[in-house]
Amino acid sequence: MLIKQKKSSDIASSEITSKSVFMNRRHFIQAAAASGLIGSIMTPDMADASALSGVGKTPYGKGLTPTDQKLVTSYNNFYEFGTSKDDPVDAAREFKAKPWKVTIDGEVGKPGDYNFEDLVSPHKLQERIYRLRCVEAWSMVVPWVGIPLADMLARVEPTSKAKYVAFETLHDPEQMPGQHRRVLKWPYVEGLRMDEAMNPLTLMAVGLYGEELPNQNGAPIRLVVPWKYGFKSIKSIVRISLTEKMPPTSWNRSAAREYGFYANVNPEVSHPRWSQAKERIIGEGYFSAKKETLMFNGYSEEVAGLYTGMDLSKYY
Amino acid sequence: MNKETVIRRVFKPGVFLLCLIPLAVIVERALFGGLGANPVEAVNRFLGDWALRILLVTLTITPLVHLGGWPVLVRFRRMVGLFAFFYAVLHVSNYVIADQFFNWGDIWADIVKRNYITVGMGVIIILTALAVTSPKAMIKKMGATRWRKLHRLAYIAGIGGVFHYWMMIKADLLLPQIHAAILAVLLGYRLYRSKIKTRSL
Repeated sequence: MLIKQKKSSDIASSEITSKSVFMNRRHFIQAAAASGLIGSIMTPDMADASALSGVGKTPYGKGLTPTDQKLVTSYNNFYEFGTSKDDPVDAAREFKAKPWKVTIDGEVGKPGDYNFEDLVSPHKLQERIYRLRCVEAWSMVVPWVGIPLADMLARVEPTSKAKYVAFETLHDPEQMPGQHRRVLKWPYVEGLRMDEAMNPLTLMAVGLYGEELPNQNGAPIRLVVPWKYGFKSIKSIVRISLTEKMPPTSWNRSAAREYGFYANVNPEVSHPRWSQAKERIIGEGYFSAKKETLMFNGYSEEVAGLYTGMDLSKYY
Repeated sequence: MNKETVIRRVFKPGVFLLCLIPLAVIVERALFGGLGANPVEAVNRFLGDWALRILLVTLTITPLVHLGGWPVLVRFRRMVGLFAFFYAVLHVSNYVIADQFFNWGDIWADIVKRNYITVGMGVIIILTALAVTSPKAMIKKMGATRWRKLHRLAYIAGIGGVFHYWMMIKADLLLPQIHAAILAVLLGYRLYRSKIKTRSL
């Protein structure tokens, strides 16, 4: 005889909304939306924040306390929207992150222009809580939502000639007012060595805090490389090219003495402007002390092997 | 009220209060959560900006006296200059106390290794020397010629201040360039005037 054992997580049939009630509710919501009722109740913030569904939890970031969401979304280095860190939250308000296409080309078996949805939907979204260490000696902890870059690249079938991955941000001064001034050579470009790109830590993020990426954080899709300084984690990506040669990177091109291709977080290699030994934690008060910066931002176990035999003070 | 009383009772306190406005603004922000995600950086930038701005204002007074024919302005130069020193001292205090928390080892490493901090500390030393010798009695004590020579270091402080600002910026040099242009006009005027003077001798 089959005896059904009730689990605590099972939903009692009495709790399930009957179809008629459900349809009625939908009807009401639709009608309310059409009449503008919901729009007027919802604040703009609520309307912007669209929650991502089906996000799988991962062990990444256990023990880390995420930085206040408001700070993560209002303190942004995103020069396409202004060079002050409080510029992007306002200047990116009208940015159109949908529809979005990413061109994937170079040394791949399946080059092409991919719609954002086609790029993302075949994968299960994961939450990864990572440390973010800016080269300016401050840091945050961000609960990203995304897909490992390795999984995305596997689908486009890199050839044996692919040694590097180059990334490019959208260039559209109409939408990105910061690009009217040539503080950097636009578009912003970044790059990784193939083994860095394929490392399981390397993430293509489409969200944070369980919601779609806010524009000021690099919507709709950005790179996250947690063991490197923040400027490597290029935002609003429109092109991914697999190349044989090391691609140029924006900050290196701007000041080669200050910013290298690798830009690994390294407390022992100081930057001409900042000692990298310590970092200020965003969200802690005025009188809090700085914290010691960790080698590879605390991800040595996962990535130190990528650089064995390399002089990291030379390849900074 | 005669002119003298108006200057003493109205304009001097007025300029004094005007110079305190930046301090009031930053205190208000600190008390009511207006310092943003990185308060130490916000306070640092704010105080540094105002120290440099007020230093440039101080350097504008003499040309205005000459060109505008308002000799009375000279009487405000010392006070405004001291406010530049005041904000510069707050700026350095914020760095020493809030940013480094008296970690003298790290501070020394910064001074030695980071050019903009080296220059900034040089500027503070100059401004301190100028502030200490700013009372009228010091002019008599030092002799007017020596005093004037020493106080020409204000030009070096201006140049150092703009360099300090310029060197700490990563890419967007617009604001440092504007400050440099203003300083160039102010110092250029003095150079031009000294040339004319020597020619007429």
